This record gives sequence, C-alpha cells and structure tokens, in this order.
Amino acid sequence: MATTVFRMQGITKVYRTGAVDVQALRGIDLELFEGEMVVLLGPSGSGKSTLLNILGGLDTPSAGRAFFRETELTSLGDAGLTAFRRNHVGFVFQFYNLVPSLTARENVALVTEIATKPMRPEEALERVGLADRINHFPAELSGGEQQRVAIARAIAKRPDVLLCDEPTGALDSQTGIVVLQALYDINRDLGTVTALITHNAAIRNIAHRVIYLADGQILRTQENASRAAPSEVSW
Amino acid sequence: MRALDLKLIRDLRRIWAQSLAIALVLGCGVMVLVLANGSERSLILTRDAYYDRNRFADVFATATRAPEALKGEIAHVEGVAQVDTRIAVNVVLDLPGVQKPAMARVLSLPPDGPPLLNVPLLRLGRMPDPLHPNEVVLSEDFAQANRLIPGETFRAILNGQMRTLTVTGLVLSPEFIYLIGPGTMMPDDQTYGIIWMNRDAVAAATDLSGAFNDIALQLTPTASRDRVIQQLDLLLAPYGGTGAYGRDRQTSDAFLSSELHQLSAMSLILPPIFLIVSAFLVNMVLSRLIALERPQIGLLKAIGYSGQEIATHYLKLSIGIGIIGVALGWIAGAWLGRSMTALYADFYRFPYLLYAPGTWSFVISGILGLVTVIVGALRAVRASARLSPAVAMLPPAAPLFRRGWIDGIGRTFRLRQTTMMILRSITRWPGRASVTLFGVSASVAVLIASFFSFDSMKQMVDEVFYQTNRQDITLTLTGSRLRSTEEAALTLPGVLRVEGAYSLPVRLIHGSKSRLATVEARGDGDVLARLLDTDGHPVRIPPEGLTLSESLAQELAVTPGDTIDMAMLVPPRETVQVPVAAVIRQSLGQSAYMAETPIFALMRQSAQVNQVHLLTDPAALPAFFAAVKRAPGVNSVTLWTDVRDQFDATMNENLMRMTIIYSILGILITVGVVYNAARIQLSERAHELASLRVLGFTRAEVGYVLVGELMLLTTVAIPFGWLGGYGFSTMIASGFSTDLFRIPLVITRKTYALASVITFASALASALIVRRRLDRVNIAMSLKQRQ
Repeated sequence: MATTVFRMQGITKVYRTGAVDVQALRGIDLELFEGEMVVLLGPSGSGKSTLLNILGGLDTPSAGRAFFRETELTSLGDAGLTAFRRNHVGFVFQFYNLVPSLTARENVALVTEIATKPMRPEEALERVGLADRINHFPAELSGGEQQRVAIARAIAKRPDVLLCDEPTGALDSQTGIVVLQALYDINRDLGTVTALITHNAAIRNIAHRVIYLADGQILRTQENASRAAPSEVSW
Repeated sequence: MRALDLKLIRDLRRIWAQSLAIALVLGCGVMVLVLANGSERSLILTRDAYYDRNRFADVFATATRAPEALKGEIAHVEGVAQVDTRIAVNVVLDLPGVQKPAMARVLSLPPDGPPLLNVPLLRLGRMPDPLHPNEVVLSEDFAQANRLIPGETFRAILNGQMRTLTVTGLVLSPEFIYLIGPGTMMPDDQTYGIIWMNRDAVAAATDLSGAFNDIALQLTPTASRDRVIQQLDLLLAPYGGTGAYGRDRQTSDAFLSSELHQLSAMSLILPPIFLIVSAFLVNMVLSRLIALERPQIGLLKAIGYSGQEIATHYLKLSIGIGIIGVALGWIAGAWLGRSMTALYADFYRFPYLLYAPGTWSFVISGILGLVTVIVGALRAVRASARLSPAVAMLPPAAPLFRRGWIDGIGRTFRLRQTTMMILRSITRWPGRASVTLFGVSASVAVLIASFFSFDSMKQMVDEVFYQTNRQDITLTLTGSRLRSTEEAALTLPGVLRVEGAYSLPVRLIHGSKSRLATVEARGDGDVLARLLDTDGHPVRIPPEGLTLSESLAQELAVTPGDTIDMAMLVPPRETVQVPVAAVIRQSLGQSAYMAETPIFALMRQSAQVNQVHLLTDPAALPAFFAAVKRAPGVNSVTLWTDVRDQFDATMNENLMRMTIIYSILGILITVGVVYNAARIQLSERAHELASLRVLGFTRAEVGYVLVGELMLLTTVAIPFGWLGGYGFSTMIASGFSTDLFRIPLVITRKTYALASVITFASALASALIVRRRLDRVNIAMSLKQRQ
C-alpha cells in the first residue's frame, strides 16, 4: 500500500455571500497517495476548486480536518499555511498568473529564491521544453508557453504536491497536450503527487485515479487500470 | 437624475479615499491663497480706514529746534495739504513698582483741540485739560501693561526734571500700530510707551516755546513726495533737520508693510506647488479609473454615447474632486485667516481688526482650484473620448516589458526577483514614477523651507545678539558729549566696561539712488559692538571710507571701491564724497559704519559720543537702574538681554505656529501622492501580488513589492527635495526680506535630516495603510480571473 500524503475527514465549506449561505463542500472524505496523479472531474459549482484550494492551503474548511502527512492543515494559521505552500505545494492555474515584469527564467527564480532545495530555473524550464525561451517576458510567449512557464515555476521547488486548476482550460487542444505531457512527465519522473481539475472528461484517462464530484460531494472514484499517454487525449 | 450622473456620484463614493487625498492637497493650495490673500486684504482695509479716519501723515521729519513761523513757509511748499508741528522728546520713567527704567516718547498736543494729523483715538477717559500741565494720555497697551488707568500718577524725568504726571485717558494712534522702543525689534508694552501731553507743558520743560522739533505733512493727491521731502529738508536744514522721510521709513508703517509683503510672497510662492501636485494626481488617478472602466466605456459607446459625453462624464468626476478640494481649502483658509487676524490684532495696535477676506480671494482660489483639476484631467479624459468601442471592450493588452539596463543591475547586484519587479515597474511607467518623485520631493522642499526659518532666526539671533551687539545695555544720550562721558558712565553702579559710540544721521546718495541712514563711528579697539564680514566673521572697521550693510549697498547699487555722496544732516551739514571700503553682513536694519578718526575729521570736530554701550554686573542692576532713572543726560535705555528674550519668545511662538501649519501641508503632499500611487499599484497588481502569496511568499514579502517601490522612489526623491528646499528657501529668504530685516539663508543638516525623516515616515505610513488592503484580497478568487 502506498503512503498517504493527504487525508481529509468530513470537510465542509460554507461561503457566506450576502444573506445567502452557499454550501460548497459537504463532508468530503478523501486520501491522496505518494506518486499518484488524480483528476478531479465535475460540473461547475461541484466544489472542485474549493477542494483544491483547501488541499493547497489557500482556503480553510468550515468544518472537518485535513492532514498533509503528519501535519494537520486545519490547525495552521496564516503563517503556517504560507510556509506549507512555500515548502510543499506547486500551483498551476488556468490563467498562468505569471508576473508580467519578469522573464520566464525570473518567474521561476521567484520561487527558487525562497525554496529550500530547488532545482535551477533553467533545469525546470528545460523539463517543460522551454530552454530556448528563458529570457522572454510573458507578453512575448504564447499561451501554451506561458502555461509551461507556470508549470516550471510550480515544480522548480521540487514540491511534494502539484495542484492544477484547469491547466488546459485556456488552451487549444494541441497546446493543451504539450502542457499535459509536461505534467505527466513530472509526475512520472519526480513522483510528485498531482491533483488536476478539469471540465474535460477526456483528460481523465491520463490519471491513476479519477474522483467525480457533484454538488459538494464525491459521487464516486474510479481507478484507471492503464493510463493513456497525453498524446492520446483529444478534445 | 441621469444614469451617467448616478454612476459619477457612486464612482466618487467608491474612490472616496483617493479623491479625499487629492482634495486635501488641492485644498492646501486654496487654503494658503485664501489665508494669505484674505489676511492681506483684511490688514490693508483696516490700515487704510484707520489711516484715513485718523489722518495719518504722508511725510515726517524731525529738527533740533525750528521756529513755529516756519510752519507757514512749509505749508506753501507745492504739494503740501496739511502741516502739523509738535514737540517730541524721549523720557525715562520711574513707574511705581517697576525696577527697570521704562521709557516713553512724549508728544505734544495742540492747546486748541486734537492735532491736525496723526490724530490719537481716545479709548478710555478724556484728553488732557489744556489748563493742567501735568495731565497726560497714554498709549493704551503701555498703560494696561503697567496698570495705569485714568486717575493714576507716575513720575518721569523731563529734560532733567522729575515730574509727576496724571493719567486722564488711554489712546491709540495710527503712528504706533507697531510700537517699538529705540534700538529694539519687538514691542515691549511694559517698558516702552507713548505719552501725549499739552504743548505748553512740554515746551516749557524742553525749552521749545514758540518752536517745534517734529513735523508731519499731509500731501495733496497729485504731489510728488520726493520733491516735498527735498524742499522740507532745505527748509529744516538750518534748524537741525535730520532728513525728512515718507511712510515707507516710518517705523510702524514699515513693519506693517513688511508683514503685507510677506503675506503676498506667501500667496505667490506656496500655492503653485500644491496646485501642480494636485493636477498630476488627478491625471494619475483618472487615467487608472479610465483604464479600469475600459469595458464600460466600450459598452457606453456601443449603445450610442458620444466620445464627448463620456469625456464630460470623467471631467465632471475630476471637477467633483476639485469642488471638494476648493470647499475644504475655503473652510480651512477662512478659519486660519480668522485666527491669523486675531494674532495680528494681538501684535498690531488697531482700534479694530476685522477679518474681511473679501470675495476676491475665494473667487480666484476657486477658479484656480477648478482649472487645476480640469488641466490635470484633460489628458486622461481625451484618451477616454478617443477609445474605439470595439477596442475598449477587449481586455487591455498586457504591458510590454523589455530587457535593458535594469537587467545589468539585477545581475551585478544579484537582486531578488521581487526587487526586479520593483525596478521594472518603475522603468515601465516612468511618468507615474515621476509624479511620485515630484510630489515627494515637493513635500521635502516644503518642509525644509518651513524648518529653515528656525535656522535663519537662530543665525540672526546669534549675529545680532551674540556676535555684533555684545553689550548688556546701551544708553542713548540726549545729545553729543565729549569722550569723557565714557569715564562718567564707568562710575555708574555695576558697570564693567564702557564703549562710546556716535551715530551720525546722513543721506547717502549714489547716482539717482538716495537713502536716509545713520553712520556709526567705530573705534578700532571696540569689542562690544562689532562688525561681521559677509561670511559672518568679526572684522575690524577699515581705517578709511564707508562700510555698508549688504542690503544698503544693494539699494544704493554700490560695491567696494565706488564713491558715494554723504550728506551730513548735522553740522557742518556738508556733502562729502566718500569711498565704499567694505560691505558687511547685517540682518537687522540698514546701517553704515566709519572709523572714528575720518568721521570726526569730516565733521571737523573732536571725537564725541551720543551712545554708550555697557557691560554690566547682573548683581548690581537694581542700583544701576536706580541711577539711570535719575541721570539727566540719558535719552533712552536699551536692555539687550530683554530685547533678545522678547525676540526669542515672539519669534519662537510665531515660527512654531507657522512650522506646524507648513509641516501639515508638507505631510499632506506626501500622503496624497504616496497613498494614491499605492492604491493604483494595488489595483493594477492585485493579481500579481496574489500569485506571490500562492507561491508561498509571506504577507511581509508581498508587501515589500508594493511598499518597496514607493519607498525606493521616496528615497530617490529626497535628495531632489533637498535641492528644491534650498531653492524654495532662497525664494522665501529673498521674498520675505525687507528693508527692516534680511533673512539669512542658512539651512542646517538637522533641517535636511528632519524634513527627510518626516517625509519618509509619512510615505511609509501611507504605503502601509494601503498594504493592509492586501490582506483582504481573496487569493484563490483573484487567481480565477483573467489578468
């Protein structure tokens, strides 16, 4: 049995917007294991992003407990969560979120400067196939290239976990496949636990496990007996 | 209300803090205008009404003894409307319970009613009865300070005779709105006042029956003042005339004019800075607002609003900010103007002083305030009008960054990426960085210009009281005496050292320029009254020629080596040509100096004194004062320590008040600029900064990017502020300097440091207030949005 990296027990999240309470998560129990790639699948408003944010220490649940290895995330304050993100988590978002005033290499260096055992920015960019674009500013890169810089930035600190929220959402399928390949390779080569949110059901085949969410609850999980290569995915 | 106007009101409410920050800076400019202009107007109106009602004279002169018959001849001089003669003498008083010798100037009152000119205004009691020679009226503040009410008596030495005088009333006079004793700078109500007394009584005591020694003229509206003065000098010359002068040389009027001069300098120098900074701020904030509202502008255009309507909408927004600023400035200006006028009422002796700023200062400051915001808004507004709807609805293009010299700096100093973000942002938006630079340096400059007055006053006090006038007491004698008087003075109780001095009234003429002045004879060995060169070092009096104070030399347009005409206004009453030997530093007054040997040679007299400077033993002062009160030859007593204390106290109080106001103004500029710059940064970079939080940067590290840029700009701005402050202080020193005193341009390191620290601290506080908003940014949500 693989080691548990994340453990969630009865996670509930309620957002108060104006006078209305919105129940985003309703008692989620979930475990993620060492070296695993998980795809979270579900319609808008199913609670995928909220779940990912709680995993990544960007948000805290209204009830329930979440653990990262032996550390209880739900007991950490702002400083503890910041340290958790800094040392253990890599994020990739739909809209890249690169710093426009920094080049590709500098965007990666932003992270390696504060990490404890980082790889060199150049190495991270090589891994995503951008060795020749390291001195370009984000505005000089295509969408796919920007997303790959974001991935390089996320993995450069050698995170324990990589959390990706719709990483291909803003990309065409061809570019999307290049990005998925980068994530796939990293998971395979570095053994980084990877959780990936998508609307796109076709992507589920590259994961070890697929978690279906709806209405703030886990409907079911499905293990893939054999994983597809990203190049086989199409949408 | 139209939908667009509703949007306007809501926009203003939404950006209230930024609008208020701009409005405050603008308000400062408006306030200074209303304050300075309003106070100036109030003072001028009051002065003019007072002068008019109490017939303040146009020309003044003194003589030794002129026959009353000369009055008719003077009245016939072309341009003379009224002539009033009188007798004026200085007296030493012996007031009940006052140890120090108080002094007064006694002025005669005509036997048949009030004087024709310089009419005293009765405030309490009655005028003296012509039949009672010992009845007097006193200047109000002097009487009040010494608790002399009508019915009280006091003693005075009048021409060597002790007289007991009875107070019948208290008066004010347009001649003594600012009343100071001989040789002093600040009013001291306790020790100096004016006594009005029946002419017969004064004439009898001074041996001036059928004669006068003081004359005042009123001129016809078309008269040439200079020609009248010339004629009057000719007529008075045989009778000891010491040079006639106009209102500009009349002490009280000259002080009042210098105050007005300063107010008008203030209204010219200060407001432009605030207006320029506010125009830049409006531009900065409005540009950002328009950038944020691009999609809305696109939509409005798409549904049929014209470019002009949209431009008007944003112009109205800036006018809204302008109206708030102008209103704040008006309120603060009127309020401060009122308290400033109250201060004047305290300082100047007006029968009434009402704050009447007039609509003019409000109208002009209001127009300037609104023009400022409109000019500031124009560029941004024009851009909004030109935006095509299709382009406007697209997300704005990502800012383009280029590699450049910044990269070299980054590599050389191995700068962190967060620091690179700061440097790239500054070089990417140099215009915005310049506004911050300009604003912060203006703030440092205003602070330096405010604190510098302490430095210059300190220097002035040091120069006047410690470097040049090192005597404790100066006795002015009733006339010229032989040098042996010095030995007599040495026998007075407690006197440790005596230095005789002689001052000669002259008219100095160089080309078309002419000036009344006194030439002071200086002995080579004088150690009490000294001269300073232009660098402030003590110098010996040159053996030949005239030594002039800097301002006198400037007014006469002479430099060392030039020759000027010196008309002596006492016998032998000759005009001689003398070379200018040196120019010296003198902050207070305008004097000329000459070594004793040549001066008495020119006068063809043996050396004389009409003043003695004394160094005294403080323990023996009571005995000394008692002796002086009885001494017949003493015309006036100047107690230098008192003068210094008085000067210090008045200056410190006024300077402190002004410094507090200026400091608030200076701080407001920084707050307005840095707060707005920080808000704009935050609004533009919230996304980027939230990304950093996600990547594991702490709040402090993310705050560094926001605050660091502004503090870097602030740090760079400070040296520019030093330069600006120096220039600004130079303008103030020359703008505020008058014939009466010259403000030395001295700025100490402490002033530079203090201005820098205050600006840095207020910039940091403003940036940190905005940084706190970062804590409220929902990291996860902001990353969900497209940049």
